[in-house]
Amino acid sequence: MKKVLVLLISVCLVFTAFVACAANGGQTANPTDDANAGKKDSIKVGFIFLHDENSTYDLNFMNGAKAAQQKLGLRDDQIIFKYPIEEGNECYEAAADLVDQGCDLVFADSFGHEQYIIKAAEEFQNVQFCHATGTQSTVKTDLKNFHNAFASIYEGRFLAGVAAGMKLNEMIEAGKITAEEAVMGYVGAFPYAEVVSGYTSFYLGAKYICPSVTMKVNFTNSWYEPTSESEIANALMDQGCVLISQHADSLGAPSACEARNVPNVSYNGSTAATCPNTFIVSSRIDWEPYFEYIINCVIEGKEIDNDWTGTLATGSVVLTEVNEQAAAAGTQAKIDEVKAKLEDGSLKVFDTSTFTVGGETLTSYLADVIDVGDFQGETEVIKDGYFHESEFRSAPYFDLRIDGITDLSQKAE
Amino acid sequence: MKKHEAREPLFHIVKRAQIPLYQGILIRVAAIVLALLTCAAVFFFLTQKSPVDFYRSMFNGAFGTERRIWNMAHQMAILLCISLAVTPAFKMRFWNIGAEGQVLVGGLACAAIMFYFRQSVPLPLLWVMMTLASILASMVWAIIPAIFKANWNTNETLFTLMMNYIATQLVAYFINVWVKSGSGVLNPMPDAGLPKLGNAWTLNISVVAVLTVILYIYLRFSKHGYEIAVVGESENTARYIGVNVKKVILRTMMLSGAICGVAGLLIVGGTSYTINANSAGGQGFTAIMVSWLAKFNPLLMILTSFLIAFLQRGTNQVSNDFKMDNSISNIVTAIILFFIIGCEFFINYKLVFRKPSKEDAT
Repeated sequence: MKKVLVLLISVCLVFTAFVACAANGGQTANPTDDANAGKKDSIKVGFIFLHDENSTYDLNFMNGAKAAQQKLGLRDDQIIFKYPIEEGNECYEAAADLVDQGCDLVFADSFGHEQYIIKAAEEFQNVQFCHATGTQSTVKTDLKNFHNAFASIYEGRFLAGVAAGMKLNEMIEAGKITAEEAVMGYVGAFPYAEVVSGYTSFYLGAKYICPSVTMKVNFTNSWYEPTSESEIANALMDQGCVLISQHADSLGAPSACEARNVPNVSYNGSTAATCPNTFIVSSRIDWEPYFEYIINCVIEGKEIDNDWTGTLATGSVVLTEVNEQAAAAGTQAKIDEVKAKLEDGSLKVFDTSTFTVGGETLTSYLADVIDVGDFQGETEVIKDGYFHESEFRSAPYFDLRIDGITDLSQKAE
Repeated sequence: MKKHEAREPLFHIVKRAQIPLYQGILIRVAAIVLALLTCAAVFFFLTQKSPVDFYRSMFNGAFGTERRIWNMAHQMAILLCISLAVTPAFKMRFWNIGAEGQVLVGGLACAAIMFYFRQSVPLPLLWVMMTLASILASMVWAIIPAIFKANWNTNETLFTLMMNYIATQLVAYFINVWVKSGSGVLNPMPDAGLPKLGNAWTLNISVVAVLTVILYIYLRFSKHGYEIAVVGESENTARYIGVNVKKVILRTMMLSGAICGVAGLLIVGGTSYTINANSAGGQGFTAIMVSWLAKFNPLLMILTSFLIAFLQRGTNQVSNDFKMDNSISNIVTAIILFFIIGCEFFINYKLVFRKPSKEDAT
C-alpha cells in the first residue's frame, strides 16, 4: 500500500514539473524577460548593519529591506542580513563573506563602513556595492561598482520642525511658556554635516511657525549609547528646553522625554509605542524605493547611479503619522500645507533670508562636496538665494553653525 | 520519632579529594552537551524551528567557509592575546579589569604614530615606532593603578575599571582632533599597516602563538613566575621568603600592560588601520573569562579562547540567519558558560545521597 502511494506521489510530482515547464515555455514571449526572471530568481542581496534592530536607525534600514523584498517577491534566502558590524575591518570581512555566499549586491548602512566597502568593491569587481550616507563615490568615480545614496532628509526634518513649532505655539498660547522661553533641545550623535544639516533644517522648520524659537544642541560622540543620549536629553530639559528632538539611534532621548512628559520629535521612525504621551511625529528616510531600484538594476543588468538622492517625490523622505495625543491641534494640516510648498518649490528649507551666520546673511559658501580628506570647501553652494543641499552630492554638506542655535559642546572653549 | 533527632537530609555535599582525569573530562563534556541541549530548547521555544537548524547555523557561522575559519582563528588570536595579558596579574590576585582600556590606549598610540609619521618616516622604522609606542602606552596605563596599589593599597578593581573610561574618552578626543569634519570616523591608513605574512591574518596569529608559548614558559619555569604565584597565594609568605612584593606587583603589571599593547598594535596596526572607541570591542572583559576558565594556564587558554570565539561567531550567525535580535547571541553564550562554570562544582564536590534504611521505609 505504502509503495503504491509513494509511486503515485512521484508520478504526480513529475507530471506537475512537466506542466510547469510547459506552461513557462508557452508564456515566454520575450527572451530578456525570461533572463531577468532567471536573474530575479537567483539574485542574492547582502545587507550590513552597524547594530541590531534595537537601534532605530538600523531598524529603519531593515524594514526598508524587508519591504523591498516583499514588493519584488524575493525569497527569504535571497536577502542576507549581517549585524552588528563594527566600523572597522569587520565590515570588510562581512562584505567579503556576503560575496562568498553568492551575493550580487551588497549594501552597508553606516558612515564609518565606507572605506571598508570600497576595499571590498576594489577586490570584487563583479559585485555591486552600495553605501548609505557616504561621500566617496563622487571622489572615486573610476570605481564603477561602488555607489553612494542618501535622501534630502532635510526636507523631512523641516516638516518635523513645523510640527515642533506648532507645539511651541500651543504652549505659548496656553500661557505655559513665554515666547522667549520657546527653547528646544537637540541630542546629536557626531558634530558633522549630516547631523548639523539635520538639526538646522529641523530648527528652521520650527522657526517658520514660531519665530521666537531658539535651540540648544549637544553631542554624544556615538551613534548608539542609550545612557548618554538620555543623560544629554535630561541635561537639556534641566536647562529649560521645553521640546526635545534627536539624531542618535537609541530610545534614550525619547524615553527620557516620556519620563518627564516633555514633547519629543523623533527621527528614523515612530517611537509612539514607547512614548505614547510625548511622541509628536518623526521624519525618516524610507529606503524601500532605493533598495527596489538597486535590486532591479542588478536584475536588469543596468548601471546603478553613482550617487543617488531620494526626495519627497521618490517617496524616500517621509513622515510618520502624527500622534494626536501629543501634537498640537491642526499639525497634520499644517504639515501637508508646508509639504505642498516644498514640493512645488515655492519654499526652500535653507532660504538664506531666513537665517544668519554670525549676524550676517550669507551670499556665498564653499562646501566640502568633494571629500578628499582635506576638510576644505571647494564648491559654491549658495545660488538664487538658498543653500543647495543634497544637489551636488547625496550626503549632506550643510555644516554651517547658524544664529539661534547654541552648540553646548563648543561653549567651554 | 525519638530515634530521628537529627534527621539525615536527602543528600549532602562532600568535597572530593582527587578526581581521575577521565572523570573530570567526562563531567565537562556532559556539561557542554547539556548546555547545547538547553540552548536548542530555548531556541525552539523562541522560534519554533528545529534544533538541527540551530546547530547547523552555529557551526556554519564558525567554520562554513575558509574565510570564516580564518576569521574565527583571528578573533581567537586577538582574544587569546588579551587573555595572556591579564593572566600574570590574575595569578598574582591583582584583579586587573582594565585590559579594555590598556588595549585601547596601545591602539591609540599606534594610530597616533601612523597618523603623524606615515608620510615622513620609512616603513620599517615606522613599524618599530608603532610597536614601541603601543607597548609603552599600554604599560603606562597598566602601571598607574599598580603604583597606587603597591604604595597605598588602593582597590585595583575600581581603579583599572575607571581607567577604561578615561581611555575611551581619550580615543574620542584624539579622533575629534584628527578628523576635522567631526564625523568621528578616522579613515583607515593601510599604507602604514604592519607587513603581511602570508594572508591578512597570519601575522597576528603567529605573533600570538609565539607569545602564548613564551608566557607559558615564563609563568611555569622562571623565577618571576614563581614569585607571581607566591605573591598570589599569600603576600606575607612572599615577604617572609624575601620576595619584594611591591616590585613584583609593578613588574607584573608592566608585563600585563605590554601584552595589551601588543593586542592594541595588532588590532590597529595589523587589522583595521584605524581606531574608534569600540576598537577593543569588549574583549578586554571577555578575556577575563577566557583566562579564568583555563585556570590561568596559557596553553589551556588556547582551548577556552577557541570556545568563546566559536560561541561568538556561531551565535552571531544564528541571530543573522533567523533575523533575531543580537541578544540571542548573549543568551546562548551565557547558558553555555553557566553550565561550564557550574560543572566545576561537580568536579570539586560530590553529592552523597541518603542511604535508604528500614526506619525510612516505615
